[in-house]
Amino acid sequence: MNPLLRVTGLTKSYGPVEVLKGIDFKVAAGEKIALIGPSGSGKSTCLRCLNFLEKPSAGEIHLDGERIGVRLGRPMNDRQLAPQRAEMGMVFQLFNLWPHLSVTENVAIAARKVRGLSAREARELALDMLAKVHMTHRAAASPQELSGGQQQRVAIARALAQKPKLMLFDEPTSALDPELVHEVLKVMEELAAEGRTMLIVTHEIAFARDIADRVLFLDGGRIVEGGPARELILSPREPRTQAFLRQIRH
Amino acid sequence: MTELSTFILILEGLLAGAGVTVVVTLVSLLLSVSLGFVLALVRQFGKRRALHALIDLYCEIMRNIPALTHLFILYFGLASIGFRLSSIAAAILGLGLIGGAVTCDLFRAGFAALPKGQAEAALAVGFTPFQTILDILTPQAMRIALPSLGNYAVQLLKDTSIVSAIAAPEIMFYARSMVTSSFQTTLIYTTVALLYLALALPLMQAIRILENRYGRLKA
Repeated sequence: MNPLLRVTGLTKSYGPVEVLKGIDFKVAAGEKIALIGPSGSGKSTCLRCLNFLEKPSAGEIHLDGERIGVRLGRPMNDRQLAPQRAEMGMVFQLFNLWPHLSVTENVAIAARKVRGLSAREARELALDMLAKVHMTHRAAASPQELSGGQQQRVAIARALAQKPKLMLFDEPTSALDPELVHEVLKVMEELAAEGRTMLIVTHEIAFARDIADRVLFLDGGRIVEGGPARELILSPREPRTQAFLRQIRH
Repeated sequence: MTELSTFILILEGLLAGAGVTVVVTLVSLLLSVSLGFVLALVRQFGKRRALHALIDLYCEIMRNIPALTHLFILYFGLASIGFRLSSIAAAILGLGLIGGAVTCDLFRAGFAALPKGQAEAALAVGFTPFQTILDILTPQAMRIALPSLGNYAVQLLKDTSIVSAIAAPEIMFYARSMVTSSFQTTLIYTTVALLYLALALPLMQAIRILENRYGRLKA
């Protein structure tokens, strides 16, 4: 079976600094993949290259058989990229909700403007998505009135409203107060149970172990080791993975 | 003649100019905000370096030469090469062109204050760059720029007093001609001051209401 996402030879340089040095992996539909690794290992950059928020320096990304960011051998601009980006939902570390729009409107606006739903359809969709993240009761609120955990759940609803083929999570709990991490992880767990395809950059090792099918360990811009989640986290083979996991536990 | 009736006479004379003051203020405000917004968009999001340089040059020229000099060039300079503008048209055009440079900076500051994640989140849901600017960035930048735009509007109202120098028949123009004929210097200019105050205070109040309605935004 063809993988949903195929990444081959992905590299990214900022001037002379090579952040990604050739990343290859595949994600099957319904698979949950956790990307872990020390800060500066390139895991966030890798995720952001998938929807071209960062333009890869080389390599290929295919989603559902379609080459992302390149058409007829030429790089696409942001306008041309828009429909491809809409296929991937992205959740950011800092939520990035739009403060001038209500919670409902944050979730509904792209459905109207990108997918062409009517105002009523978009609103209904938004309320459905907010129900999924248990935020219906704050549908009329402004993002600024919400806690970090609530904001992140709304951000997840916003991404879900795209009906994406793939969900990208870029350290979704790293900016949260410790007591708010749980509510976001719980929502992600529920999404995982629905069989969604998820790519998660995270420092929550226990969460990765329990939720992910596979874990990829990145260090120095390369995938050092990848494998079934429990196996990799409980008994890593590579010394660098072992060292990283030891540090995290203490 | 009593003091009061003199005052009323003066006020009547000045009110003849108040209409021009208000029209010049509002029309040049509209012109500067529209021009400034377009310049800010091109300068902030346009890809052409040459255009950026051109806009920077325009802003420097507009802001670093006295307004009066600009007005004289527009009014007398253009007339000498055959383009005759009415004094009011020259006043509106002059203040509007200068204001475009001023408000361009205010809008740019508004756009620059937005965290990068705001645009990224918009692109990630599938917005085009145009939609991102229109629906996500502009409403927020406007709110950020609103207080300084308000200050600029009041400044502009006061600055219209210099257009009397090109004989635009506004408040100061009438004040000066009354002074030359009556020598009631103190009374006339005090009345002028009160009249400007009476125009500026409601403007300030309107801006405050707008700020309270739209300006309270912190991500």
